[in-house]
Amino acid sequence: MNDAPKTTIGTITVAEPVFSCRNVDVYYGDKHAIKNVNIDIGRKQVLAMIGPSGCGKSTFLRCLNRMNDTIVGARVEGNITLDGQDIHDKQQDVVQLRARVGMVFQKPNPFPKSIYENVAYGPRIHGLAANRGELDEIVNQSLRRAGLWEEVKDRLNQPGTSLSGGQQQRLCIARTIAVNPEVILMDEPCSALDPIATARIEDLIDELRESYAICIVTHSMQQAARVSQRTAYFHLGDLVEVGDTNLIFTNPQAKLTEDYITGRFG
Amino acid sequence: MSSTNRTAAETQALVTRSLARRYRAERRFRFYGLTAVLAGLVFVVFLFGTIFAQGLSVFQQSYVKIEVFYDPEIIDPAGTRNPDDLVTADYQALVRASLKARFPEIEGRRDLRELYGLVSSAASIELQQRITSDPSAIGTRETRWVLADDTVDMLIKGRVARNAPEDERRLSDQQVNWIAALERDGALALRFNRAFFSNGDSRDPEQAGVRGALIGSLLTLFITLVLSFPIGVGAAVYLEEFAPRNRLTDIIEVNINNLAAVPSIVFGLLGLAMFIGFFGLPRSAPLVGGFVLTLLTLPTIIIASRAALKAVPPSIREAALGMGASRLQMVAHHVLPLAVPGMLTGAIIGMARALGESAPLLMIGMVAFIVEVPQGVFDPATALPVQVFLWSDLPERGFIERTSGAIIVLLLFLLVMNATAVLLRNKFEKRW
Amino acid sequence: MTPSILIISLLLLSFIAYQLGKARSLTVVGGARGIRNLHSLPGHYGLLTALWCGLPALLVVLVWLAVQDQVLIALISAQLPPEVRSLGSDQFVLFLNDLRNVVAGNIPASQVSPATAAAAAEYLRLQGVARLALTALAFALGIVAMLVVRGRIRADLRARNSVERVLEGLLFLCSLVAVLTTIGIILSVVFEATRFFGIVPAQEFLFGTKWSPQMAIRADQVGSSGAFGAVPLFAGTLLISAIAMLVAVPIGLFSAIYLAEYAPSKVRSVVKPLLEVLAGVPTVVYGFFAVTTVGPLLRTAGESMGLSVAGESALAAGLVMGIMIIPFVSSLADDMITAVPQSLRDGAYALGATRSETIKQVVLRAALPGIVGGVLLAISRAIGETMIVVMAAGLAANLTANPLEAVTTVTVQIVTLLVGDQEFDSPKTLAAFALGLVLFIVTLVLNVIALYVVRKYREQYE
Repeated sequence: MNDAPKTTIGTITVAEPVFSCRNVDVYYGDKHAIKNVNIDIGRKQVLAMIGPSGCGKSTFLRCLNRMNDTIVGARVEGNITLDGQDIHDKQQDVVQLRARVGMVFQKPNPFPKSIYENVAYGPRIHGLAANRGELDEIVNQSLRRAGLWEEVKDRLNQPGTSLSGGQQQRLCIARTIAVNPEVILMDEPCSALDPIATARIEDLIDELRESYAICIVTHSMQQAARVSQRTAYFHLGDLVEVGDTNLIFTNPQAKLTEDYITGRFG
Repeated sequence: MSSTNRTAAETQALVTRSLARRYRAERRFRFYGLTAVLAGLVFVVFLFGTIFAQGLSVFQQSYVKIEVFYDPEIIDPAGTRNPDDLVTADYQALVRASLKARFPEIEGRRDLRELYGLVSSAASIELQQRITSDPSAIGTRETRWVLADDTVDMLIKGRVARNAPEDERRLSDQQVNWIAALERDGALALRFNRAFFSNGDSRDPEQAGVRGALIGSLLTLFITLVLSFPIGVGAAVYLEEFAPRNRLTDIIEVNINNLAAVPSIVFGLLGLAMFIGFFGLPRSAPLVGGFVLTLLTLPTIIIASRAALKAVPPSIREAALGMGASRLQMVAHHVLPLAVPGMLTGAIIGMARALGESAPLLMIGMVAFIVEVPQGVFDPATALPVQVFLWSDLPERGFIERTSGAIIVLLLFLLVMNATAVLLRNKFEKRW
Repeated sequence: MTPSILIISLLLLSFIAYQLGKARSLTVVGGARGIRNLHSLPGHYGLLTALWCGLPALLVVLVWLAVQDQVLIALISAQLPPEVRSLGSDQFVLFLNDLRNVVAGNIPASQVSPATAAAAAEYLRLQGVARLALTALAFALGIVAMLVVRGRIRADLRARNSVERVLEGLLFLCSLVAVLTTIGIILSVVFEATRFFGIVPAQEFLFGTKWSPQMAIRADQVGSSGAFGAVPLFAGTLLISAIAMLVAVPIGLFSAIYLAEYAPSKVRSVVKPLLEVLAGVPTVVYGFFAVTTVGPLLRTAGESMGLSVAGESALAAGLVMGIMIIPFVSSLADDMITAVPQSLRDGAYALGATRSETIKQVVLRAALPGIVGGVLLAISRAIGETMIVVMAAGLAANLTANPLEAVTTVTVQIVTLLVGDQEFDSPKTLAAFALGLVLFIVTLVLNVIALYVVRKYREQYE
């Protein structure tokens, strides 16, 4: 394999992007994990990132809300702007950035608190509710939008860990939208769930697209095809191809993409 | 404005508004953490600082140089060289005579007594030993360095100010002048403190040494090691490799964990009631001390040994069993050799804990004033930490220094043991 | 033969048996060439013979040594002159004490009463007879067993299985020592404490507020004087432990948090072992530190603020005990904090929580059960700690909540009552065991709860 970054095939730009990433490189110590990635992320649409394991799609996702800051030895270079503002700028506060860019993880990770407190946690720390009534309303709305309200409305005081896996993941989504972010990052949100729970989350993603820009990393090409409008294919740290989901899956331009989609490796 | 229908900009504004307060809380929290760490470090420095400041000087001691004449008239007037007479002769008179010769101008009983008080009573014992081991020295002259009294020692080391008012120190003004005169002659100086390492306990600080306590500790530790290591390893091997999962082994497990947290003084009560009261073993003996400390350290050793056994990968066990080895052969030939470094580390840490332990030893009487150095595990003895306890209670200034000195010796031993354990672990630690 | 020589000889005999058994197994199959016909290795046959030869004989010796003193005393008591037997129980204990001292050679026989001297001589005579008999018995047992086993060695004797069963049994006995220790503790403490409660009623001991065991020397004062009310001791123990925890928990917890979550790994790798040094320092050193440094320091500080601080104040002892416990709390808290999965931290960070918000509201919340367990263990340690309080806390049983005054604790009183000359059987001595019983029960309960909580917590994140 050649170590030099390759040029991405397809259209990397969109109109009025929420995120705009140019020449992004990520290093873990000596390891060059992301190589010169350029991509825009559009508003009110779902971008799916696919690719074989270790291709850097999760790493790239974590750049967008600077979660890589928490990893010792990780270094991000290049230019990532959110609404035209550099997220690595000294003026940019990381707390505020994460309030604007929420994230849902691979394994559901509810806090060891009640269901209510899990959702209320974000609004509480950011001071989004002036009083208890407002907080109740935020929690109520967030749980509704996450499609969880009907299931948990009678047991808001029970621990979040008492829910099933799929419910826990929807609780984590509710927790994220309670902060009213502009972008939601999802790192393989369904990989720990059964098919039925997965289907519910996919429906939810489709609804949430009305209000948020969503970036989802997934292992499943079917899922990418079902939920996304744009798809980006990563391979060994390179962004190989990006474009309309329909086009990528029906008529991939790059040989690597085609091999992956047709199941020759992955 | 409804809290759920805010625009992104409104939310952002709210978040921004909260930031100053939250970062203040963040800094405060971080400051608490840093303060706690610093407080801990200050305690470490303060603790060791005071101990070393008080105790390092113990390795030197004030000695007085005297010209001694082994006067046959005093030692052996009859000239028979009868050993019994040589032992009981008045050696103190020899010391006094040489002091008197150095300060011929001093007259009067009170002044003379003050003069003689500058030298430790150990001096005459030293002369006695010199003569009884070599009677041919009688009639000769010799220059010797003998122990100075502890009050002199404290003055020389600056623990007592020379210019302090007379009633605030135990030496009179004229004694201080004599000391100065001796120092000018080079006849009073700090030299390496042999006595501290060669003597047992004593009521006189300048004669008190750690040898008795050190030997007592070593004898006790020897018994502890000989018993607790095999029993601990045996128990760990049984529980880890042989024990069926049943009620009894559950009880044993819970028991061991609880025993590790039982206060050490309770083990002392057990030793007193069982070993001394019931089995009639002698009080104050290192043997009983070793028994009690064995029971005390067993849980530590068992827990460490089990951890070492757990760290041996199952694949090795399966390989041995697959070759047709019996369980015992598998353990003895394959598992134990790999686990031994971990077990040794645990044993050393257990021994270090036993060496520092004093409460249970108080219970079984290893707390007596014992001058003789113990010769065996049945002799009455004390232990190093108990010696620290005993000395710390004594009022003489010299004993504060002795106590700190004994602590330094104790800490050195612990340091060596723990360093050995760490080295052993680093050298043999394998990641499978 | 003296017992130690006897034991060494028996070990030698077992060695001989090993060689005999091994040689015999080879002879049975006709030399080294026939080894493959043997069921087990020749060494196993040797071991089997040695075990049979040595174990029963050693067992007999050890059992006798354990009970010898009791048996001999019983024998002698039966034939004592009537004037000795009519002695009161206190006097009789003294008599036995003298007897033992004469036997051990601590006191020359000329310095005790003729009756004692005679009894001692009788004791020594019986001991001599017993030793002779024991030696003969042990050797007979060993040799007979050796010969019998040797005679039974055949090619198909399953020696390895038998040997391994015995060795496994020995290993099992090793693991039983821990249980026996607990039983021993319970037996010895409960037995003596029961005798104490026979003299002083339990409710008076547990709820009485006046403690002055010295007054109880005269028998008629016992119980009626109310001298054994242990409440001041419990209160003093709690006061000092509380001060210790006030020092240890915040400092230990916060330093664990700082080192685990904030400090760069280089700082952590230096500072953590430095703090752990505090855990390796013997408690007697802390006691000395409290007496010579912290006590006087507090006194001077108190005087400058116009407070009167007792020379042996609860504050000094508690402070120093707290310092001792810091590393205990911090290393336990560190374990618990690092056991909290990273995913929970990520969840909080992704919502935009600051580091301290994440720690306070997520990490500590998750680690809480573990930390509570650790603190319970620390409390149990503080309650059972002896040397610091013996050296730095007083003997005066004051019932007070003022940390500047001197208080005494359960462990201090146990030591005071049992160190030095003691009259066995006096309520004063027995009181120490009653206190020991209370101490044992309280710490045991704390430990059981704490270990349970901690184990449940660990299982949750494994």
